[in-house]
Amino acid sequence: MSNATTAHSVVEPSSTSKRIAGFIVILYAVITMVPLAWIFLTSIKSPPDSISYPPKIVFQPTLEGYCNLFTTRTRQTPEYIQSLGPPTSTCDEITRSRNMVIAGPSNYWPRFTNSMVIAFGSTFLAVFLGTLAAYGFSRFRVPLADDLLFFILSTRMMPPIAVAIPIYLMYRELGLSDTALGMILLYTAVNVSLAVWLLKGFIDEIPREYEEAAMIDGYTRLQAFRKVVLPQATTGIAATAIFCLIFAWNEYAFAVLLTSGTAQTAPPFIPTIIGEGGMDWPAVAAGTTIFLVPILVFTILLRKQLLRGITFGAVRK
Amino acid sequence: MAEVSLQNISKTFGDTEAVRNLTLTIRDGEFVVLLGPTGAGKTTTLRLIAGLEKPDKGRVTIGGQDMAASAPASRDVAFVFQQYSLYPHLTVYENLAFPLRSPARRLSREEIDRRVRDVARMVRIDHKLENRSTRLSGGEMQRVAIGRALVRKPSIYLMDEPLSSLDAKLRGELRLELKRIQSELGSTLLYVTHDQIEAMTMADRIGILNEGELVQLGTPREIYSNPVNLHVAARLGQPHINLIPEGLVPGGQPPRGTKTIGARTEHIEIHAGNGTANAEIDWIEHLGDQSHLHMRIGGHKLVTLANPYVPVMPGDKITLMLKNPLYFGADGQRLV
Repeated sequence: MSNATTAHSVVEPSSTSKRIAGFIVILYAVITMVPLAWIFLTSIKSPPDSISYPPKIVFQPTLEGYCNLFTTRTRQTPEYIQSLGPPTSTCDEITRSRNMVIAGPSNYWPRFTNSMVIAFGSTFLAVFLGTLAAYGFSRFRVPLADDLLFFILSTRMMPPIAVAIPIYLMYRELGLSDTALGMILLYTAVNVSLAVWLLKGFIDEIPREYEEAAMIDGYTRLQAFRKVVLPQATTGIAATAIFCLIFAWNEYAFAVLLTSGTAQTAPPFIPTIIGEGGMDWPAVAAGTTIFLVPILVFTILLRKQLLRGITFGAVRK
Repeated sequence: MAEVSLQNISKTFGDTEAVRNLTLTIRDGEFVVLLGPTGAGKTTTLRLIAGLEKPDKGRVTIGGQDMAASAPASRDVAFVFQQYSLYPHLTVYENLAFPLRSPARRLSREEIDRRVRDVARMVRIDHKLENRSTRLSGGEMQRVAIGRALVRKPSIYLMDEPLSSLDAKLRGELRLELKRIQSELGSTLLYVTHDQIEAMTMADRIGILNEGELVQLGTPREIYSNPVNLHVAARLGQPHINLIPEGLVPGGQPPRGTKTIGARTEHIEIHAGNGTANAEIDWIEHLGDQSHLHMRIGGHKLVTLANPYVPVMPGDKITLMLKNPLYFGADGQRLV
């Protein structure tokens, strides 16, 4: 340890290079985080502040954006508003100060719920099917295995939206348009190829002696798979789940095309939030901020597995 | 415990014939060691008995019952693998309990606990039961692996070079322990190795495999002193048996057709050089209690064990004589 920081150490970088590296990392972090910070700051600005030029860095924060996101409002005369009782909530108060009253909840919450159901549902299905298929490819002599794997991968070789028109027509015929089931199946179909390939790599790394030992110890193959293979594949499964979830959560093009009402997800909904006299930017920013939360929480929860998953092969023996 | 028998088993992988027409019976309570070089079909034989491979031809019976249609789980065998033997996500205790917790068995929690602790004591790992299985030394891991097999009372224990990944000292200790446990339990055990010392010290009978065929089966004594051919003779003995052409060294009565003579230490007499000297000491390796004498005779090299106090030096002329050596014909078969 004593010579770890000497000038000629080959394992320890010099303090200059560490400083340069640190500067680059911080710069990169700032550049990538500025848009996120901007969105969050916009979400707590008032509508006039959000479009003022030059942009305001210092401003009076308000929850107006969040109120506008979750409610629909109607304009009323000051006399009518005077005639109402005292405001029942913060949002009520903010709304009245703009000469409006809350008419009811907005569609944001149902759209957000749709996003949750569709993204998590398709992620679960894709990982579930992907794990089974990957195990099959990894362990059995599947006829034409290489061709099948190539075929599975080939579904990712063009942008999914390239097949939008056929899928649109097909979904219309099948009655899957604007249904959560339709969106789950679609995202699963896109994600399952990624899942199979990623997971096959992970499962290939698990020596088959473990399952053979379990099968001799009195377990069937499926039980051995559950008791021995799955626990060892958690890293890969977690990493795969995050990739699938991020795709399904953020997907915009298909969502715009195939959903309009009951099954609409949050991404196509957020841009449609329109306030009086143009876009209600604080509400849009509030919607985006809240939209980021689930994926952030999920990623933080699985952070350890994800990191190991990304670097896997480098660290596993 | 039960008798396990293989009848005319053949198994081919692609172009390679891993096992050819193998017939072998392991008697109840017997310790049989399969000895052979890499690729001789030893592991395949174990896997065929365990049901991890299906034979192309032939029958496997355990306790008289044909196993052709039985899954590995229902064959009632225990297997110790060469490596990767422990489940890395489980503790030592959970590893040992794993076979007992199988849905096929349904034992009570107390019964499982009792048997796990008994076995842990037997393989001397009871102080590490709560450790992660990946946090053990090589010897401890292998003891747990053996314990996981012993925790059940199967018809037969199958062990695939269980000691090969250990260092020499541990290997020696575990060898003794394994033999002790086997004789205490009276277990039927089929053990695969390429280590002749393990085979000689532990086996009731040794089977010599070569290129998928069982060449000879017999007690360690028989295999050592009565090898059926050159291959078997070369498997056992330290130093390696000396194979010399007929007529090179005087002594013995080679039968007609002898091509090669196999001479171990006990087949070679050395006399200090006088007028009849026919060989020369090349080199002496001192092992402490013994010495390896390297000798040269007519362009051939021989190695033999010798008392370290024999008064010879490299370069000394000596007289070599054969004493009841082994005779082999041109086809490598033994001639008597």
